[in-house]
Order: sequence, then C-alpha cells, then structure tokens
Amino acid sequence: MDRGFPSLRSEAAGAVRTMLASAESLQLTLKPELSQEEQALTHTNGKPKETHKAGNEDLKEMLESNKESLKLEAMKRVVGLISKGKNASELFPAVVKNVASKNIELKKLVYVYLVRYAEEQQDLALLSISTFQRALKDPNQFIRASALRVLSSIRVPIIVPIMMLAIKEAATDLSPYVRKTSAHAIQKLYSLDPDQKEQLIEVIEKLLKDKSTLVAGSVVVAFEEVCPDRIDLIHKNYRKLCNLLVDVEEWGQVVIISMLTRYARTQFTSPWKEDAVFDENNEKTFYDSDSEEKKGPTEAKPYMMDPDHRLLLRNTKPLLQSRNTAVVMSVAQLYWHLAPKHEVSVVTKSLVRLLRSHREVQYIVLQNIATMSIQRKGMFEPYMKSFYVRSTDPTHIKTLKLEILTNLANEANISTILREFQTYVKSQDKAFAAATIQAIGRCATNISEVTDTCLNGLVLLLSNRDETVVAESVVVIKKLLQTQPTQHSEIIKHMAKLFDNITVPMARASILWLMGEYCDRVPKIAPDVLRKMAKIFTTEEDIVKLQTVNLAAKLYLTNSKQTKLLTQYILNLGKYDQNYDIRDRTRFIRQLIVPSEKSGALNKYARRILLAPKPAPVLESAFKDRDRFQLGTLSHSLNVKASGYQELSDWPAVAPDPSVRNVEVIEPVKEWAPSLGKAKQPKSDAKFYSDDEEKEEEGSERSTSSEDDSSSSSSSNSDSGSEEESSEESEKTSSGSGGSSSGSEKSSSDAESEQRQKKKTKKRTRKPAASDSDSDENGNADQASSSATESSSESESDSGSDSPAPQKKAEANTQPKMAVKSKKEVSLLDLDDFSPVVTNAPKPSVISSSLLSDLEGLSLSNVSSAVQVTSPSFGPVKTYELLHHMTGKGLAAKYHFPRQPCLYQPSMVSVQVILTNNSDHALEEIHIGERSPASLNVHCFNTIERLEPGASVTVSMGVDFSDSTQAANFQLCTKEDQFGVSIQPAVGELLMPFTMTEADFSREQRNLQGMNETSATVTMATANTPRQAISKQVLSVANVGAVSSSQDNMLRFSGRTVSSKALLLVSLDLKDSSAVLLTINTEKTVMASMLLRDLTRALAQA
Amino acid sequence: MIHSLFLINASGDIFLEKHWKSVVSRSVCDYFFEAQERASEPENVPPVIPTPHHYLISVLRHRIYFVAVIQSEVPPLFVIEFLHRVVDTFQDYFGVCTEAAIKDNVVVVYELLEEMLDNGFPLATESNILKELIKPPTILRTMVNTITGLLMLLPLRHSPLRTRNPRLLDDVSFHPCVRFKRWEAERILSFIPPDGNFRLLSYHVSSQNLVAIPVYVKHNITFREGSSQGRFDLTLGPKQTMGKVVESVLVSSQLPRGVLNANLNPSQGTYTFDPVTKLLSWDVGKINPQKLPSLKGTMSLQAGASKPDENPTFNIQFKIQQMAISGLKVNRLDMYGEKYKPFKGIKYMTKAGKFQVRT
Repeated sequence: MDRGFPSLRSEAAGAVRTMLASAESLQLTLKPELSQEEQALTHTNGKPKETHKAGNEDLKEMLESNKESLKLEAMKRVVGLISKGKNASELFPAVVKNVASKNIELKKLVYVYLVRYAEEQQDLALLSISTFQRALKDPNQFIRASALRVLSSIRVPIIVPIMMLAIKEAATDLSPYVRKTSAHAIQKLYSLDPDQKEQLIEVIEKLLKDKSTLVAGSVVVAFEEVCPDRIDLIHKNYRKLCNLLVDVEEWGQVVIISMLTRYARTQFTSPWKEDAVFDENNEKTFYDSDSEEKKGPTEAKPYMMDPDHRLLLRNTKPLLQSRNTAVVMSVAQLYWHLAPKHEVSVVTKSLVRLLRSHREVQYIVLQNIATMSIQRKGMFEPYMKSFYVRSTDPTHIKTLKLEILTNLANEANISTILREFQTYVKSQDKAFAAATIQAIGRCATNISEVTDTCLNGLVLLLSNRDETVVAESVVVIKKLLQTQPTQHSEIIKHMAKLFDNITVPMARASILWLMGEYCDRVPKIAPDVLRKMAKIFTTEEDIVKLQTVNLAAKLYLTNSKQTKLLTQYILNLGKYDQNYDIRDRTRFIRQLIVPSEKSGALNKYARRILLAPKPAPVLESAFKDRDRFQLGTLSHSLNVKASGYQELSDWPAVAPDPSVRNVEVIEPVKEWAPSLGKAKQPKSDAKFYSDDEEKEEEGSERSTSSEDDSSSSSSSNSDSGSEEESSEESEKTSSGSGGSSSGSEKSSSDAESEQRQKKKTKKRTRKPAASDSDSDENGNADQASSSATESSSESESDSGSDSPAPQKKAEANTQPKMAVKSKKEVSLLDLDDFSPVVTNAPKPSVISSSLLSDLEGLSLSNVSSAVQVTSPSFGPVKTYELLHHMTGKGLAAKYHFPRQPCLYQPSMVSVQVILTNNSDHALEEIHIGERSPASLNVHCFNTIERLEPGASVTVSMGVDFSDSTQAANFQLCTKEDQFGVSIQPAVGELLMPFTMTEADFSREQRNLQGMNETSATVTMATANTPRQAISKQVLSVANVGAVSSSQDNMLRFSGRTVSSKALLLVSLDLKDSSAVLLTINTEKTVMASMLLRDLTRALAQA
Repeated sequence: MIHSLFLINASGDIFLEKHWKSVVSRSVCDYFFEAQERASEPENVPPVIPTPHHYLISVLRHRIYFVAVIQSEVPPLFVIEFLHRVVDTFQDYFGVCTEAAIKDNVVVVYELLEEMLDNGFPLATESNILKELIKPPTILRTMVNTITGLLMLLPLRHSPLRTRNPRLLDDVSFHPCVRFKRWEAERILSFIPPDGNFRLLSYHVSSQNLVAIPVYVKHNITFREGSSQGRFDLTLGPKQTMGKVVESVLVSSQLPRGVLNANLNPSQGTYTFDPVTKLLSWDVGKINPQKLPSLKGTMSLQAGASKPDENPTFNIQFKIQQMAISGLKVNRLDMYGEKYKPFKGIKYMTKAGKFQVRT
C-alpha cells in the first residue's frame, strides 16, 4: 500500500487543482478550505486504515482505472459494502473523483456513497460541491433536483451558505419537482444548522404559497419540522390547502391533514357544544365523559360552524376512500377531533375496512378503534363481528379485539359477546385466555344484568385444568365479590377448597385476601386456611406471605380466641423473613394489633384500619385515557408522549378572527375566466339592491362559467376589495363584448356600488331572500353572484370587528354552495377530457351559451338557426306524476319535459311542473327544499306565495342531470309540509336537437366509430311503416333534430347531451320493409346503450 | 421522518441497512431482538417498539422483518404503509421478495430506496414512476421494456367502468388514478390507468347483502376421557357455487397439544401432520359435489393425559374460477382517446381470505 501513496497523492492533489480551477465560481471563502483539503488528503493517506485492507485495495484500483465498466463494477461492490454496514470510508478519495462522471448509473452510485460518508470525510466532500453547483443550473429538472438532493444531504456544516443559496433558488424554480426537493432540503439544512431557522421560515412561507400539488405535502413537512408553532403562516394558505388536498400525493395528504387538524383546533370553536342541536340520537354517556365541553354561558348563542371548518371536513371526506391506510386513518382522526359528534360515524366503515389489511395495519387501527369505542360504542357496534378473534391472529391483535368487544358490550349484545368469550377461554393461547377472563370480569361489572351469570361462569372456570385460567378467574372473582360481597359466601368457601390446588401466587394471594376481608362470613374455614398457611409460610412467594400476614391480622381482630397463637407464629416467621417488605409489614401489623405499652393510640383504631370497608376496584379499559393523545399518532400507539409530539390544543372559547384566512386574489377566477371566453364576473353588490324583476331577467344572461366563478368565490367567501375591482373591470369588458343591452345600466350600478362601498354598508338591511338565493336559487346566476359579492363585502366589513352577518347564514346554506363548486370541477374535468371532441363540434358550447344569453326576452323558437340548438321538431307532451294529491295532502304536481333549452343554465334540462291545489284550503309558500344528492344543481321556481283551492299553476324549473338518468330527488315544500319527490328523466330527454348538414353528419359519424358506436337491428311490428311514422317514433323518444337526408332509406337525427354537449348521432337504415338497422354514435356510450334500448322498444311497437 | 431501515431475516441477522439521515448504529436493533425473543411466534413481535432514543416500527413479510428507525412523532401507519409499499416494490421488481433476491439485487434495492425516500419522506412510491427512474433487473427488463413501449403510445386513456349495483358496495377504496368525483356523481369508474398491474379498487360488501359462503364443513372430532384415542372426521362440500368448481382447497389446523399423532385416511388429496408443531394440513384439490372429500381416522393422545378442552379450528383456503361470490359484475368497459380496438376481457375469481371454521 505504501508504494501506492505517492502516485495517489499526486493524483489526488491534481484532482484538487482541477477542481480549484473549475470551481472559480465558488465563493472566495471556500478557498482557504481547499488548501486545507490538500493537507487533509495527505493526512488521510498517511494513516491508512487497517480494516478491509486487502478487500478494498482492488476496489481502489478499479475505481482509478479508465474503464467505465470497471468503475461501475467497483461502485456496485462498494454499495454492497455499504448495505451490509461495512466501512468503506477510506475509498472516499477514489470515489469522489467520479462525481462528475458522464455515466448516469455510475453517478447515481457515487451519490449514494457521498451521502453516506460525506459527514465523516467533510473536507474531501467539499471537492464535489462545484459539480453540484453546476448541476443546479442544468436545464434538465431531474438533474437539478438530484443535485440539490445530494448537495443538501451532504451534512457538512461549512457548505451551509451554499445550501441556503441553492434552496432559495430552487424554491423559485419553474419545475414543481425541483421546488419539492427544495422543501425537503429545508429540513435537512435545519437539522444541520438550526441557526438558519429565520431564513428557512422565509422560504417555507414562500413555498406554502405554491399551488402545485407536488410541493404542498413536502412544504408542510418542512413547516412541521422547522416552525410548527408559526400557525400564522397557514392562515392565508388554509383554503388553498383544503382545496388542493384531494390531488396531493398520498403521503403529503397525511401530513397536511394532521397539520390542519392542529390548525383547526386553534382557529374554530367547538362543534360539540350544542349537543341538543344535532346530537339527539347519540348516547348520553359520551357527553358526560367530556365534562370540559359542558354547556357554558355561550349556549344562548346557537353554534354556527365556520365555513372554513366545514370546508376542511368536506374536502377530507372523499379521502376515506383512499387505498393508503395512513390517509384513511388521518381522515378518521380529523373527524374524531374536529367533526360534530354526529358526523364522526362516517369514518367507521373505512376503519373497519382497514382491518382487512396487513396485521401491522390492523394493530394500529385496532388501537385507535379501542380508544374510540370507549367513548362511542354506537360507532362500532354494528360491526361487532369484525372484531371476532381468529385463532391465527397474533396475540397483540387478539387482545386488542378483546378490548374492543368488551367496550362494545351492552345489555343487548352481551349474550352474544359472552358466548364468543367462551370460545376464547378455551384457546390454546393461555395469555389470551387469561385476558378473556379479565374481559368477562369487566363485562360483569359494567352490565349489572349479567354479573351473576359471569360470576357463575367464572366459578366454573375454577375447576379448569389450566392453571393460568384458574388463577385469572380467582383474581377476577375477587374483584367481582368486592362489588357485592353479601350473598357470595358459597363462592368463597369453594375457593378455599381450591386453595390447595392453586399454585399461581397472585391467585393464592387473592384467595387469602378474600378470606381475611370476609372472614365473618366464613368463620370456620378462615382459621383453618390460616393454619395451613402457617405450615408452609416460608416456602410461599412474597405476595402470598404479605396476604397471609394480612389474613392473620384480620382474624386476630375478629376471632382472637382461635387464632392468637397462629398469628403470633406467623408474625414471628415474618419478622425474620428475607424480604424487607415483609419484615416491615410484620412489624407494623404487630404494633397495630397486639396491645403493648409501646403501641400507643393507634392500637385502638386497629379494627377500623384493617377492617375498613374498601371501595370496589373499577375494572376499566386500558385505553381509558388514551384519548389525551391525538389519534393515529405514535404517542397514542405507545401511550407515552413521543419526542416531537405536538399537543392538540383545546377549542378556543371564542374563535380568532376568521378573516385572516381571506385571500386577496382569487386565482381560479383569473385562471378560468379567459379559458371560458365570455365568462362574466359576478356583479357588484349594488346590483343586488336593484329590484327583483331585473334580476329575473338577467338571470338568463349568465353563462355556466360565470356561475361557477361566482359560486367558487362565494364558497371561499374571501373576496376582498381588489378582487371586486377586478371583477368590476372584467365585467365592463365582458359587457362590452357580450353586447348586452344593459351596459349603461351596469355602469351606473357600478358607480352606485362604489358609493355604497364608501359607506361601508353597515346599516343596510339584508333581505331574507338573499341568504336563500345563493344556494336554493343557484340556477339564477345573478342572484347567486350578487349574494356572493354580498357575502364577500360582508366579510370585508366584518373583518374589523363583529361578525354577526355570516353567522346568520344557516350552515345548511353553505353546503349547497360548495356542492355547486364540486359540480363545477366535474364539468371542467370532463370538458378537459373531451376537449378534442368539443372543438370538433361545429361550434363550441361557450358560444352557444353566450348567444343564448344574448337572446333574453326573445321567443326561443326564433333561436334555432343562429344557435344551432334547434327547437324541438316534435313535442310530445308526456306528463309524469310528481306528487299525488293523496300523498301531497291536497297538493298535486305533475311534470313534463317541454324540450326547450333551459333558460337558466344551458347544462340544465328544463322541466315544467304543474301544481294543483286539490285541497279545500289555500296552500302557501310552495317552494323547493332540500335536494339529494346535495350536489344536484337545480334551478328552482320562485316560491308560490299562495295557491287557492282548485287552482293550478305551471312553473318551470331546470335540473342539471349531468347526462345521467339518475333521478333528481328534492323536496316540495309548502308552508306546513314537505314532500319528497323525484324526477326521473328518460334518456331521450337529456338531449337537445342539434342542426347539422348531412355532410357534417357523416363526418362526425366517422369520428365517432368503434367504441363510440352502438347499433342494433330492429324488427318493426308492422311492415312498410312510413318514414314519417318512424321519424315520429324516434322524436317521441328522444329530443333530437332530424337531419335532412339525400338517401331514401336513411333517416338521420342529431342532438347533443344537455350537460356536457357531447354529440349524439342517430341513424336508421331501413334495410327492408320491416327491419331497421339502428345506429347511435356518441362518446357517451352509456347513454347510447340506454337510448338504443328505448328506441328499439318504441320502434318495435310502431 | 424515517431515519433508517434495517432488514432482518428469520435467524436475526441484519442483512441490509440504509440510512436517509445521519447513520444510526445497528445496535439499535438489539431492542428489536429483545422483543423478538419475548415473542412466542414471529408474528407476535409488536409493530411499534420504543427505545431510549428511537422508535422501531416494523413489518414482517416473507419472513423478513423490515425495521424502520424513527426519531420523533410520526403516524405509525404512515411508516407501516410505506414499508409495505417497499415490499410490494421489491416483489414487483424481483418477482419475489426474499433475502436472496434482495442480496442479489442489492444495487437496485439501494437505488430504489434512495428514490423512494428523500430525507425520510416518501418521494416516489408508484411502481410506474420508479420503473422510469430505475430499470428492473435484466430478466424482467426486456419484458417490461416492450410493455412500457407499447403503453407509451397511450398517453391519454380513460376508461369508464360502470358497476351494476352500487348499493352492493358498502365501502370502497380506490387507486389514486380513479376520478373520485365522477364515481360519486355517476357511479362510473373513470381513470387513466398507470402502466403495469395495479389494484383499481377494493370493496367491502355490506353486511345487509349476506354473501353465502360457498363451502361447508361437517366435522366430528371427539376425544374421550380416559382413552388415548380420539376420533377425527371431516367432510367438505360446496354450497351455492352456481355450478362452478371449488378448487385449490387446502385445509389446515392446529391440533391440540395433547395429540401425539394422527392416523387419517383422506378420500382424496394428501395430508400431513407434524407431530412437533401439531399442524395438520390437508391438500384437498377440487371438490367434487358427487363425491365429497373427507378425512377420517383416529388421533392418538398422550396416555394418561386428560382430554384437550378445546376443539381445533380449521383454516380453509379455496378458489372458484369464473365467479365473484360478492355478486360484483363489471357491466362494461370503455376506452377513450385511442384509435385501436382494445382487447377486453374480465376474469372473475373468488379466493378465500381468512376463512376459519370453529368446531
């Protein structure tokens, strides 16, 4: 080896020089260090390590060879050494030279090596820095990212400034992947040098604003590690995080959810206060347990959940369906800690599902269920069978299941559970059998109905052959007898008989204690047991000796005639026992019970001391107070506070200012508005105060997109002045381009709004309808948007001091609002997916809708040519029953599909409802109430104030069926009653006629072949059916438009789905007199097959 | 979060270690070995073990303990889920996850672990992403290359799958590629599939839909007091299998400790009894409804010992091809964004999970 040094040295030094030359970009401060390195290099070489000398010598040679393959082979072997934990550090100089290798595979392995040993060889590690600095500028994002990863993983304090610089730069990188890496690097740098905290927090603050789903999780990890107490950094990002959550990668979801749980507990008020409001159906016991949540003086004010609180709950719920068990658990704990009590049970199913996963997962989930089931039996009781023990379960899982079953036991199910326990007692796993006996004991104390049964069962177990079973039974019986000792002298006698056969010390001790405690009930037997014990005292275990002394003392006090000598004998034995506890106890007892001149005053009280009535032990769950830890945490699992555990704070009595979460600029508006073309911004709030008629008229002016915008902004409830301004601006431009007749009106209203803004509208009175409008009448965009802006300006004005107005909004109100939003996302997603198809269509949907909006006030039949959505060529009026007057208490409702474009929103199907009052009194306030699914987008008719007996009225509404035949369910309400009704659309009603030329038709049909084509041959009932008749049949089934055809034997119809505007083409090939080849082309294949079925049926009857 | 990972085999050797932060001495595993010694069975090692400075979270799969070292609070399931993902990835890459396979591919293993965690936080855990970063070992490589090559042509696929009876599904969980909102609104599974095999969804049939168990067991196992003989009689039969064959049937049972030996006679298949572990296992094969398989005979018990007070439980494994016992059916599968006509096929199979019969 010695011979190798000079050459290696010169080579290494040469390498250093090259590095120096190439590292001119390095900071000057580094230069003196580099010269030290040379020394270090020689230093290392001077003292070669003895270990692995022979093995690593050839590796070194290979690494220094010129052949890539040899180097690679050597590196692979080096990695092998590292993986085995062998020391390969002396290869450092040889390895580090390859850091700039062109071979990616080799480079990766060098990185692995560097990260492992850089800490030990700090000076040499510096040689590699310049390579990484160069790579940080690489155009390839993955090279940049990996350079940052390695650079930040080299734990060399001297490069802290370089790392800091690199992190700051990477945090503004265009690639989200690089930004993600920089978030990870933050934690690395922090652990290397905690003094950088302040600077790092700045970077975290910047990255928290990042909108990429890739970054969100990583930066929250950095936040949790570096500055978990800086909750103020979260405020502005709270809503964004909530909304991004579904799309964040699964690991990020876990940390974000856990952080938001903590956040929510500091920012919102407890939803548990008003148990009367939503929790009537829950067990009372639960509320008794958390006494700190008892109704305080705040009770007078009804609890209103903060919309942000609701947002978190709503956005995490879908994640219960994640395949990642950690995500499911984190949502479950979030609901447990944040949701109103009656909502927590939504997590049950998902948690039970996790029990089918790996055994380690089961273990953790069962622990958490054990804690939950103490407080809330009802949550898991329906799934009791999922907690039955399998003989193949590991012991720790068995005991957890036992724990849960015991927690779930109540009067109703106890017999089932006890039967199950009987099987467990027989288990070969004796530790588990013993745990089962404990569990039976707990059931016996908790449920008084079965105490006797359990006790008898346990007594039977006393004759079990297995000693642990018997011993455990004795211990449990002892505890049970303490709770009701009066009538159980028989059992005590029985146990005395067993005493000779029982060898387990704890059980023997328990029996002795029972004898002593209830010696008055077994006056003959107890002295005899004492006599036996006196004989074998010295051979007993300590715990048995102590209880023997106890027994002796108690008998001495009650029956000194028989036992005086025995007691003295035992006390003498105890006096010289090896165990000091026993000596102490003996001395104490002697002084206490045997009167002498030294004993003093205490002697008088001996009886009262020893024979005092003792409270029965409470048999309770080991998980009783586990809920002091946040569920799902390591601390909860271990039942000790783990290092780094962040306490979950109690709910604040008064919520901190919610306006801190308001964000100045709402990005989605900016992002989406241009992409959707003529989307109109919500109007200024002044609009709202103009009269209602105007609103009604302008409702149709809204396009879907503006609807979405308004709903999204209203849902996030965070508009501020600047946003309003921008919306006003864009409104002006849009009103210009839209060519709306009400342009001037708007500008005036703008001015008006500004005026109002100045006044900071505190005195304005809210119309009661306003709060309804943003949810119930979301079909009417104008109202919705106006109320949205209203709510925003409200939050603005309230941010100063009081916030009564948002609280006035019913909680139910915010829910539909959000539902609208989720709806939007679906449609946008679909729009995205089908974008090629949409552009293929003659005119994009946006145009038609905006045109449609321009045609307000015009008769719709005139629309056809321009809009291309033709009016129906055939209008069958098939009426369906919505509500029978018998069930509707006189109110009858029928509906039909008028097959007109929906006035309110192009994606809606218009429905006309005829309401008739068949009762003998006038019906008042007929309106639409709750709908299900909650996301259902319905434009409701205006409330009918009064319907006289016998009168009937026709109203129209719009329903967005989202191109699905799922029924729209909603409630039809009168002043007094509510009736659940549902509209079930036929698939043909979900279409709109669409005019196209024959050539267009053929072209589109060609585009929609293969998977998108569905066809069938139909045999018609009557031969030679005229074309018109066939045509009529088709039009009666589906709302499509006929396409002029040049061929005699072809019939063509075209339409579009109402909601997603997907083209649907129907063609009929009249093959012979009675058979028709029916073909449907559309990408909505599900609709196609349903339509095909309907058409086939109709044609077969024709 | 995750500091280090140690792989420990059944005989307690650490055969691989990897550190994502500063090196943690392998002596930390001594706490694990202690727990291992205390545990009667390998599965009984607690998944979470506290030590003075660290916490050990482990999973046991393929007789290998994957022990993660943690230094501060982290959701234990987070670590457990990740460790299982590591095992799945190894299995995906090497076909099996054994000590030999890991040792043979130690470089790939190391590269994988490097990519899967950065500073202890999961970075890339999806199989398809990892395969782009790190090539699987050569044997599989050629195969995977052709497949990925093919799939690369399909940048935007999207396949709605409609299930017939959504009410059947009590609880469902999805692969992240599934568009959850679409499922919620229309009960259509719309997704862009990632490359390779993956589990799209798993479901749990609600307890209202009582699914009939397709196998029944008749048993008569008796021990007489005072006699050193016990009778053993076990018959299996199919139930409501709609004419499908129950196959790959395997019955195993832990007999009571008092049983010295078993002298049994199977009507079909083979059985083994290990007098040391008392494990009885009977490889039945197919169940012929006309001629039901049975296993009859005697067990010899320890002379003089009293009769065992518990009856054995039977673990039964089986498969039924072409049938989903839950009643789940895929109604249709559509593919969009592609010109060619795909081959569509569906294979139903019922496989017993943890199915245990108490006697």
